[in-house]
Amino acid sequence: MSELLQVEGLKTHFQTESGLVRAVDGVDLSVNEGEVLGLVGESGSGKTITALSLIRLVSPPGKIVAGRVMFGGQDLLQASEREMVQLRGDRISMVFQQPKASLNPVRRVGAQIAELFIHHRGASRRAAMNQAVELLARVGIPAPERKALAYPHELSGGQAQRVMIAMALALKPRLLIADEPTTALDVTIQAQILDLLRELCRDTGTAMILVTHDLGVIAQTADRVSVMYAGQIVEERPVARLFDDPRHPYTRALLASMPVQGRVAPRLGAIPGSVPPPGRMPAACRFAPRCAVRAERNMTICTHEMPALYPVEGGVSRCWCDAPAEATT
Amino acid sequence: MTALLSMEEVSVHYPVKGGVLRRPTSWVKAVDEVTLSIAPGETLGLVGESGCGKSTLGRAVLGLRDLAKGRITFDGQELKNLSALDTRALRRDMQLIFQDPYASLDPHATIGATIRAGLDIHRIGSRAERAERVTETMRQVGLDPSLADRYPHEFSGGMRQRVVMARALVLRPRLVVCDEPTSALDVSIQSQILNLLKDLQDELGLTYLFISHNLAVVEHMADRVAVMYLGRIVEVAPRAALFAAPRHPYTQALMQAIPQPDPARRTPPPLTGDIPSPDDLPQGCRFRGRCPYAMARCAEAEPPLLGREHRAACWLVEEESTR
Repeated sequence: MSELLQVEGLKTHFQTESGLVRAVDGVDLSVNEGEVLGLVGESGSGKTITALSLIRLVSPPGKIVAGRVMFGGQDLLQASEREMVQLRGDRISMVFQQPKASLNPVRRVGAQIAELFIHHRGASRRAAMNQAVELLARVGIPAPERKALAYPHELSGGQAQRVMIAMALALKPRLLIADEPTTALDVTIQAQILDLLRELCRDTGTAMILVTHDLGVIAQTADRVSVMYAGQIVEERPVARLFDDPRHPYTRALLASMPVQGRVAPRLGAIPGSVPPPGRMPAACRFAPRCAVRAERNMTICTHEMPALYPVEGGVSRCWCDAPAEATT
Repeated sequence: MTALLSMEEVSVHYPVKGGVLRRPTSWVKAVDEVTLSIAPGETLGLVGESGCGKSTLGRAVLGLRDLAKGRITFDGQELKNLSALDTRALRRDMQLIFQDPYASLDPHATIGATIRAGLDIHRIGSRAERAERVTETMRQVGLDPSLADRYPHEFSGGMRQRVVMARALVLRPRLVVCDEPTSALDVSIQSQILNLLKDLQDELGLTYLFISHNLAVVEHMADRVAVMYLGRIVEVAPRAALFAAPRHPYTQALMQAIPQPDPARRTPPPLTGDIPSPDDLPQGCRFRGRCPYAMARCAEAEPPLLGREHRAACWLVEEESTR
């Protein structure tokens, strides 16, 4: 499989009144052609800012301060704004959490989709409209000719997300970035939308970065997973390995804290404390203050030095437990 | 055992306003003839998707919504017939824990004052006794009492939800309606709060009406589970029975739809179609438009809850039992 996107040392910082917030602090990622990469983390982990940084949609005071985002032989962080405008929606597109907030409320949905074909592909108005209706049918909107004339407020949440997906995949992008695409939807509708995303990406050969807080969604959708904590990647593994044999203590604790159907325990695993507030990040391992493994083994290195990403089976883990012997001495 | 709380054919209707005069043109049956009861010390899980009426039912139990029909009794007393004085006393016995700890706390009040508010309103104890009760309750929910002078913005989501819990528990209620108490929280914090709710129940003998859209969370918390769809209870059963063998096709679909954290078991979506709008319900069974087993009979009449301990509102259940 060939590499489609490669991110190295990405740093996005926010200069706020209360100090510098390192929302994304040295993230490495890679996405292969046609692959689904799950980017999972809790709120404030930096997963959304990472996703927005890839297509340079971070708004001030956020600023990308370091790193490379290699896509199609080009570093997107060095590209001109004009090149980025052409690229977005065409070769890389996005789907967001709130579909209705992302659609133009005063334009009919068919026209919004058709616009893409007119602007990016120079299609005639009529041809573009026909393609829009075809796409609506493809994403499972009933009576697509009629729904093409609807305004966003006339759609249900699930239908609006289908329209967003139709727009995102209209130009057959190489990469789709989906940020919590089903979080605002009910669980029966969520299952339909995830299935649709998977199927359409497979058909068009589009790779996807699926950003979510939900490990269930990851397990059902992703091929490979990067776990984020406090602005850093802490583990990256193939999906089956991550769930069978999670290596990083944070990943393990996260999985243990999920209530799982059919496996009722008297108590859930809980991670003590909460994510360190920005500006008060531990200088060494960021998970150390909450880490059960560190406490149990009484490891001192964790609070003194930042671990790197060390190779583990199928991927990497940012934990001193996985460091080769020579690194810890 | 006699029920602590019972709901008999409870209905709550909301007006749909139309025309220039904004007069009600029709009514949405948000809760439609719901009969349920909760025993002392029990947790009844109430699960359903958005718009199914679960939160409205929770509010009705607390006397915060007028009933169009039916009655609610708490500890043998019907809510509607109470004097103002008794209603006030009853309010102490029933408390609510809200979903969003960012929206349900007064940003200008210290958390100590927020927790104490119920004691002030009900004029319980002297000043010193109130302060002592606040301290004690803060300890119970795992908050350091020295934080009483702080403001909500200084707290994380999980800590704020502990404040919301302390505010509810300071009055020593018997019934607590937990309305999506962890939906706004991250999963690692969610488990802290769920564990705490269980501990407090054991310690204080609380009875919970636990409302959630998340079946896995309900399975973890509840003794019995009621599944709601478009205003109706479609299935109610002891937890183990419901999860071992769900009878209503909607419950089955809901279970299948939850994304399991197991990449080896990838499941196709169980349902097609959108949830119908509650102001435009189909004739007969309200699930039949999305139901894989719909038959002619389902369009004719709406099935009642059938069965004894494990009850489901589906004609299939009747056919099974007569076979």
